[in-house]
Amino acid sequence: MKSIPDLLDEHPFFADLDAATRELIAGCGINVHVGSDEMILTANEAADRFYVVRRGKVAVEIDSPHGSIVLETLGAGDILGVSWMLPPYRWTFDARAIDDTSAISIDAACLRAKCDDDPALGYELFKRFAGLVHNRLQATRLQLLDVYGSDAG
Amino acid sequence: MTPTMYRVVERREELDDTVTLALAPVEHRLADPVPGQFNMLWAFGVGEAPISVAGSDDGSITHTIRRVGAVTTALCARGVGDLVGLRGPFGTPWDVSSAHGRDVLVIAGGLGIAPVRPIVTDVLANRDRFGAVALLFGARSPDQLLYAGEIAEWRSRFDLDVEVTVDTADRSWRGDVGTVTKLIDRVRVDPGRTTAFVCGPEVMMRFAAMAVVDRGVDSKRVRLSLERNMHCAIGHCGHCQLGPLFVCEDGPVVTWRELEPLMAVRAR
Repeated sequence: MKSIPDLLDEHPFFADLDAATRELIAGCGINVHVGSDEMILTANEAADRFYVVRRGKVAVEIDSPHGSIVLETLGAGDILGVSWMLPPYRWTFDARAIDDTSAISIDAACLRAKCDDDPALGYELFKRFAGLVHNRLQATRLQLLDVYGSDAG
Repeated sequence: MTPTMYRVVERREELDDTVTLALAPVEHRLADPVPGQFNMLWAFGVGEAPISVAGSDDGSITHTIRRVGAVTTALCARGVGDLVGLRGPFGTPWDVSSAHGRDVLVIAGGLGIAPVRPIVTDVLANRDRFGAVALLFGARSPDQLLYAGEIAEWRSRFDLDVEVTVDTADRSWRGDVGTVTKLIDRVRVDPGRTTAFVCGPEVMMRFAAMAVVDRGVDSKRVRLSLERNMHCAIGHCGHCQLGPLFVCEDGPVVTWRELEPLMAVRAR
């Protein structure tokens, strides 16, 4: 069975980190498996972890008067959860497994404490998460443009 | 410049606002279109509109048309047996044969699946001439997925990687939600030997082309099909001009290497 540092090494988000840093992060992680249609995160609850998705598919959703709307799906190679980084540490959206999903759950308080002790680790992680947030912001802007609504073809 | 008469031999309602017409020549037939080219379709008494070729077979031509104005509304209203005038085929082709021996990445958004459909059929008909082949298709929502039946067939093949995503969906949709550009990192193609074909709304194409080039595909191997307001279709009127290009003659298919600097020029 692969260790958590090995699994992090296989994940694109952490793959190019040095082994010592991966070990440090892995110390806050546990393997989790979530069945299809099970909730992973619920909006307004404490954002006390994030997920390194290894397999499966997850829908990020928002509840609306017309039912849940899927904002984005995530899969192998993605990271689920950024609200653990900044106060008030609460989830903004729901997340539900669409397929059976395997991930590494990283304990947020544990990792934040390590970042406080080691600013180089904190800076490296925050750079990566800033890139992630940037990419999601760009994608959201494209979705908001509703580009397919006006194409004449 | 005179339209050639074609008759509607098959009509299929694809979406609420989109219709596919199969047209057969009444007497004379136009030259066979090459994938990527377009025809000018004439709705008599209303006007003419440029429509990409979605397929062709022994003289009959298939066009998929979305109702967006008077001409396309009139064309969409044509039934089996009705006449449509055609001029064409016009414009530059996809040049699918330039991808022989290479991996192929086809990216389509919305109605952009219609002009790339002939690429997929050509690749599948000559599958052994290509390496890995992937089709990425994005649409507004699940009910706006054009050619859903045909795409389901393509998805069932083992020699074609098909990924579909929508911008918005409710829980009944089990597929991907997000922009089509997000799928690009997922496909198994070798960027150094990949030719990419991209068609869809211009903003989508711009981001898709940038993402493909970021992945390592040569910008001259990234081909895009432009939509412009073509009128004469023979490079005279200038309606479709984009910088030095007359899209009706120099396009609609151009490389990202040619197009990128033109896209950087802002509209005033």
